Amino acid sequence: MLLLVGLAVAGLALVPLGYVLATTAELGPKEATDFLWRPRIGELLWNTVRLLVAGVVASTVLGVAGAWVVERTDVPGRGWWHGVLCAPLAVPAFVNGYGWVSTTHAVQSYGGAVMVVTLSYFPLVYLPTVAALRRLDPAVEEVATSLGRSGWSVFLRVTLPAVSPAVLGGALLVGLHLLAEYGALALLNYPTLTTAVLQQYATVFNGPEATLLALVLVSFCLLLLGIEAVLRGHRRRARVGSGTSGEPVRIPLGRYRWPVVAALTGVAVWALGVPLGALVRWLLRGSTTGIEVGELVQASATTLVLAFAGGVAATLVAVPVVWLAVRHRGLITTAIERSVYTASAMPGIVIALALVTVSIRVVQPLYQTVVVLLVGYTILFLPRAVVSVRSTFELVPPGLEDVARNLGCTGPQVARRVTLPLVLPGLTAATALVALAVATELTATLLLAPTGTDTLATQFWSQASSIAYGAAAPYALALVLLSVPSTWLLGSLSLRSGK
Amino acid sequence: MTTLRRTRRNRPAARHLVGLAALALTAPLLQSCGLFGGDKLVIYNAQHEQLIEELAPAFEEATGIEVELRHGKDLELSNQLIQEGDASDADVFLTENSPAMSQVEAEGLFDELPSSILDTIPAQYRPESGLWTGFVARSTVLVYNTDLVEESELPDSIMDLADPEWAGRLTFSPTGADFQAIVAAVLELEGEDSTRDWLEGIKENGTVADNNLVALEAVNSGQSDVGIVYHYYWERDRAEDGDLHDSSEQHYFTDQDPGAFLSISGAGVLESSDMKEEAREFVEFLVSEEGQQILADSYALEYPLNPAVELGGVKPFGELQPPQVNVSDLDAEAVVDLLTEVGFL
Repeated sequence: MLLLVGLAVAGLALVPLGYVLATTAELGPKEATDFLWRPRIGELLWNTVRLLVAGVVASTVLGVAGAWVVERTDVPGRGWWHGVLCAPLAVPAFVNGYGWVSTTHAVQSYGGAVMVVTLSYFPLVYLPTVAALRRLDPAVEEVATSLGRSGWSVFLRVTLPAVSPAVLGGALLVGLHLLAEYGALALLNYPTLTTAVLQQYATVFNGPEATLLALVLVSFCLLLLGIEAVLRGHRRRARVGSGTSGEPVRIPLGRYRWPVVAALTGVAVWALGVPLGALVRWLLRGSTTGIEVGELVQASATTLVLAFAGGVAATLVAVPVVWLAVRHRGLITTAIERSVYTASAMPGIVIALALVTVSIRVVQPLYQTVVVLLVGYTILFLPRAVVSVRSTFELVPPGLEDVARNLGCTGPQVARRVTLPLVLPGLTAATALVALAVATELTATLLLAPTGTDTLATQFWSQASSIAYGAAAPYALALVLLSVPSTWLLGSLSLRSGK
Repeated sequence: MTTLRRTRRNRPAARHLVGLAALALTAPLLQSCGLFGGDKLVIYNAQHEQLIEELAPAFEEATGIEVELRHGKDLELSNQLIQEGDASDADVFLTENSPAMSQVEAEGLFDELPSSILDTIPAQYRPESGLWTGFVARSTVLVYNTDLVEESELPDSIMDLADPEWAGRLTFSPTGADFQAIVAAVLELEGEDSTRDWLEGIKENGTVADNNLVALEAVNSGQSDVGIVYHYYWERDRAEDGDLHDSSEQHYFTDQDPGAFLSISGAGVLESSDMKEEAREFVEFLVSEEGQQILADSYALEYPLNPAVELGGVKPFGELQPPQVNVSDLDAEAVVDLLTEVGFL
C-alpha cells in the first residue's frame, strides 16, 4: 500500500519529465542536434556551469563557516548572528537582485550574479549545518582534541565528516535552486539555460526547443544527484541515545575575534542591508509609490493561503516517499525518492507547461483551477520537503520503534508516541521551507493560477518589469515580512539540539 | 509485523482526511481571494497590466460587466490560446504588438468585429479581415546617452546600427516581443537577407538586455551609448521622475525608415467565447473616445488610435513618420526562426 502511494507520487513527479520527453520527441534528431549544436547554446551552458560551480562552492563555504563560527566559537552575540545568517531566506532572490541592480549596475556581470545568488542561497547550507553541529555530540570532538589534534585538524577530520550529510544536502539544494533560478538572473541580465527556456516560452509558449533545453537542465540535475549520492555514501548515522547534553567547548577566537565579527557584519550588510535599503529607498520616492492597500492586502492573503496549502501538501506527500527510502531501503524505494528530484532542476515554467498540457487534454475541468496550481507547487517543491523530512527520519533509530513495539505499543501508537514527536520538527521545517518557496514562486504561478489571481510575487514582478520600481517595493516588502515567520521557525528549529 | 502493516494502511487514509479538512477550511478563503473564477469577462492581456487595470474599472462602471484579467506576453498568450483552442476561457485578447494578433488570426480563433468598432479606427491600423483592431500604437526610437553621443553622430537609419562604427555601443532586447515586432517590420520592408545581415551586424555590435527597461538603464547609466526601445519607456520614466532619463534623450527616425516603425497593439474577440456580446462591448469601449481618453490620460503614454483623442506631453502623433507596413503582413514565426538562426534565442 505504502509502496503504491510512493509509486503514485513518483508518477506525479515524473509527469513533467514525461511531458518534456514527449514534446522534445516532436523534433527530429537532426533538428534537435542543429538546435543544440550552436554557439548560443554553448554560451548558455558555459554560463550555467560556471554559475553553478561558483555559486555552490561559495554558498557552501559561507554556510559552513557561518555555522561553525556560531556553533563552535566564542564569537560575541551568537544568537544574534544566528538570526542574521538565517534572515536572507526571508529575502527572495529576485528581491535581492532588484535591490542590488537598483543600487549598482556592477552586479550585472558574472561576478555579480555569483555574489547575489550566494547571498540569497547560503542559508540553505547554513541551516542544516548549524542543526547538525548542534546535534553532534561534542564529546567526539573533545576526544579528538585530547588525543592531540589541533583545532583545524579536529574540524577537518572529525567535525566536517560528521556533519557532511547536512552540508551535502544543503549544497544540493543550492545547486538545484541555481539551475532553476529565473527572477534574480533576469534582473541581473545573466543568461542561463533557465532564462533561455523562459525566453523560448515567451516567444513560442511550449515549443520543443524550450523542452529540449529543459532536458539539458534535467541532465544537470541528475548529475548533481549522482554526485551527492556518491559523496553521501552508505554510512549509518542514527544512534541510540543522543550523547551528553553538555555545551561544546567553544574555540576562543582570540585576535581573530573582531575580524570575524567584521566579516559577519559584512555578510549582514551585503545580504540584508543592500536589498532592504533599496526597498526602503524606493518606498520613499517615485510617483508610482501610491500604495494600493486593497490590492496589497488581497495579494498578501492569496499568497498566505497558497503558501500554507502548498507547504502542507508537499510535506504530506513527502512523508511516504521518505519513509520508504529510509525504512525500506531498496532499489525501487531509492528510485522513488530520486525521481522526486527530477522536477526540481526544471524551471517552474516547464512544470507549469506540463500541467497545462496535461490538464487541457486529460482533465479539462481542472485547467486553470487552484487544484492544478497546488499540484504544481507540490511537484516543484517536493525535493525541499523530502530533504528536510529525511534529515530527521534518518536520525530516528529503527531500534527505538522496535523497542516500543516489543513493549506492547500498537503500530499507530508507535507512530504517535515515538516516531511523530521525533520527526515533528522535520515536518514543520519542511512545511515552512515549502511555504517560503511557494510564497516567492513566480513563473509557475503566472501560468497555472486561476485567471485573476494575484500573489505578492506576481504583483512585484509585474511592477518591477514595467519600470514601476516604486510600485514594486510594497509588494517586495510584504513578501519579506510574510517570509519572516517561516524563516524564524526554520532558524529556531535548527537550534533545537534534538536531545 | 501485523502492526507494521496496519500502520501502513492507516497512513494514506489519515492523509486523505487531513487533505479534505484542509480543503474544506481553505475553500471559502480561496473564494474570497479570487482563486475560483465566476462568470466574468476573461481578458487575456499582453498589454502592460497597469494600462488595462486603469481602463477596466471604468468599463465595469459603464456597463456593469465584471472583468477578469490574465496577464502574459504577446506570443506567450497567443500560443497559449492556440493550445487551448475551443477549450479556452478567454473572451478578449489584447496584445502589445500586432504579430501575436496575426498568429491567432491565422489559426482562425477570432470572431469578426462589427463595423461600429472597426470604423472608429483608421484602416491602416487594423487588418483588412476585420477580425481584430488596433487600439494604441508605440513608436520605435533610439535612446542615446547625451554624454557619450553627439546629436550629429546619430544614424539616419536603424539599419546603420549594424555598421562597424557602432561596435560595442548598442543595447537592445532581442528576446522581447517589442523588438521582435521591429524585426518583423525590418523583414517586411528590407527582405530576409538584409534582415539577417542586419541582425548579425547588431549582434556583433551590441549587448543583449533582458528587456527594454534594462536597455534603457544601460544607456542612461552610460554602460551603452545607444539603445533600441519604444518611445514610452523613457517618457514614462521622465513622467514619474525616475532614474532612467536624466542622462539620455530619444532620437526618432524619420522618412519612413524601418526604425520609425509604429507598432500596433491589437484587440480581438475570440470565437470560442461564450460572452461574445460582452466581449464586443469591451472592445467597443476600448476604442471609444471615452476609453481612448482614459488610455491617453494614464501613465502609459502610448498613442491612442482613435483620431478624436490626442496624447499630450510626448512627440505629437502627427509628427511621426512611420513606414507603411500592413499589420497583417508581420510574421512572428519567420522572425523567431531568424532570431534563432542568428543566435539570439
